[in-house]
Amino acid sequence: MEKRATFSSTTIGLLFAAPMLVLIFVFFYWPSGQALYWAFTLEQPWGGGNTWVGLQNFRQLLMDPYYWGAISRSMVFGLGATSIAMGVALLLALFTDREMRGHKAYRSIFIWPYAIAAPALGLAFRFILAPEAGFLSLINQIWPGLWNPALDGTDAMIAVIVAFSWKYIGYNFIFFLSALQSIPRSLIEAAAMDGSGPMRRMWDIQLPLLTPTLFFLLVINITESFQDSFGIVDIMTQGGPARATELMVYKIYFDGFKGLDYSGAAAQSIILMGLVVLLTIVQFRFVERRVHYK
Amino acid sequence: MSSIAIKGVKKAYAKNAVVHGVDLEIATGEFIVILGPSGCGKSTLLRMIAGLEDISGGEIWIDGKLVNKMEPRARGCAMVFQNYALYPHMTVAENIGYALKVAGVPKAERMKRVAATAKVVGLEAFLDRRPAALSGGQRQRVAMGRAIVREPKVFLFDEPLSNLDAKLRVAMRAEIRRLHRRLGATSVFVTHDQTEAMTLGDRLVVMNGGRIEQVGTPAEVYNRPATRFVANFVGSPSMNLMEGSIDRHGVFVYDEQRRIPLPGAIDARLVGHKVTLGVRAEAARLVAAGTPGSLPATVDFIEELGAGRVVHTDFDGLSFAVALSDPAAFETGDTVGVMIDPADVHLFSAESGARINALAQLPPVPVAS
Ligand SMILES: Nc1ncnc2c1ncn2[C@@H]1O[C@H](COP(=O)(O)OP(=O)(O)OP(=O)(O)O)[C@@H](O)[C@H]1O
Ligand SMILES: [Mg+2]
Repeated sequence: MEKRATFSSTTIGLLFAAPMLVLIFVFFYWPSGQALYWAFTLEQPWGGGNTWVGLQNFRQLLMDPYYWGAISRSMVFGLGATSIAMGVALLLALFTDREMRGHKAYRSIFIWPYAIAAPALGLAFRFILAPEAGFLSLINQIWPGLWNPALDGTDAMIAVIVAFSWKYIGYNFIFFLSALQSIPRSLIEAAAMDGSGPMRRMWDIQLPLLTPTLFFLLVINITESFQDSFGIVDIMTQGGPARATELMVYKIYFDGFKGLDYSGAAAQSIILMGLVVLLTIVQFRFVERRVHYK
Repeated sequence: MSSIAIKGVKKAYAKNAVVHGVDLEIATGEFIVILGPSGCGKSTLLRMIAGLEDISGGEIWIDGKLVNKMEPRARGCAMVFQNYALYPHMTVAENIGYALKVAGVPKAERMKRVAATAKVVGLEAFLDRRPAALSGGQRQRVAMGRAIVREPKVFLFDEPLSNLDAKLRVAMRAEIRRLHRRLGATSVFVTHDQTEAMTLGDRLVVMNGGRIEQVGTPAEVYNRPATRFVANFVGSPSMNLMEGSIDRHGVFVYDEQRRIPLPGAIDARLVGHKVTLGVRAEAARLVAAGTPGSLPATVDFIEELGAGRVVHTDFDGLSFAVALSDPAAFETGDTVGVMIDPADVHLFSAESGARINALAQLPPVPVAS
């Protein structure tokens, strides 16, 4: 029998749970509730109470071409960053799995980028990708003006995508690698006996067995690209040039804190939250239904 | 179809040697069983033949070609793994047909060969299932089917039956035998189950500690074990072994009360030397206590086997088994006599464990190879 402490009164139990409950309430439910409240009301910038306006904030948003612009840019950003982060990580993992079975050290090395806060990362990449002094300044010396994220919207988008991908490559790599290493070695050997070369084995055996991990990471990466991109955009481009990198999450901050449109920003947060919730539901649904091979 | 030659093959992991120079010739179409206790290097040897493990020393030839540096796929061997190693994301048909697909066999022909193979291994009804939806025995058949569909030159089996229950194991054993008769491919079968080994093999290779102890037909290995290890390992119950010495009259002396006269002339140099005497349980008889020429013993316990029974007796601390076909007329605690026919004894050097064949001809301390 498992030993476990039991409490006669629920009060003691609740007391133990209280600190966590308080944290969750203060940092999650309360702000969410506030956002929900603001999203359906209109608040005067200089105070003076809120008036209930129903869906008017949302209607206004959905008619705003700038908001749709932010949505499509978020999609471009999300798809670009996710495919780079996952593609590169998968390649690295496949080759690492082949060469370095049993080594552990690189796992912790590769996870480090994930531990770096987005703004710090953004700052680093701002220097790295700076047109005058960064790594890419060489290109500009050969073809002047080819790379300039401060003036060229496409360059700016590429810059934030690269910075974001760099952070998530390590994260994805860890998941891919451990999924690869949990594939029984004898499967690979059986395929080798069946005449399959290394590349063919990756394609026929390893990748199909990775699909649950692939899907999981796809959802995580897209979700994070919606949320975790703020710090990078804020430090590197501030949404510019000319809104070229104004993603949904950045627009929330900009409209709310710079434009002081609390209600509009709150409505945007609700939409973003809805999107993330939707993705999460899709993931759980899919993962549950997914054929698990064992 | 092809022959395999293994010449002085060694394997070491880092500094740790696990196979110490194995020599073995396998004829075309032969069914060889490698038998040995857990950890003796059977799988390692098999995997070196397959190409899944680098060879640290020596040479392996398949079909007259040196394969040391060849990729597994170039060697033309098919292997059945202990845990079957079926591809979990493929159906039974895809599992069986994978090798053909890789080889670029056109789909129509592939389907035909998969269907024919499925028939051989009795899986026609399961072609669309995934391995997860199969029983252990059915998975085993898929693994077999996957190996035979390619019509390989060489079959390698690594304990393919050890995950099955006893009854299924016997059935699959018969099936493997039948399959071999049909296909006639050279086969190497690894097992630690001696019944499996005796029933399947044209020849047995008994391994211990990374070395070959004996190579021979099942009857040879059973009737003339080359070493004390083989004597003890092959046969159930295992051979009774007694440590003793040979006196001037050519009599084996275990202790004061237990002496066994040996047949043939005794080399004077052997007198006084320590030897191990072996007697199979089936070769000994139980007689009434005090019968002249019998060794005194007490009945320890009786193992009922249905068709027969094994009486475990005690020689003042040494356990000695006697197999009987008649119902035992003894009970635990009875004093009995054990009768041994001198013609049925095996002698081994106590130092090296090697068999002493003709007492008169061998040097005093035979050296094991
Ligand atoms: N990758 C490895 N690294 C180091 N030692 C190994 C490795 N693989 C096997 N060994 C050692 O080599 C020896 C032989 O292993 P092997 O798998 O050939 O045994 P086996 O005879 O097949 O035993 P079993 O009947 O249990 O399968 C064992 O002592 C094992 O510990
Ligand atoms: Mg083994």
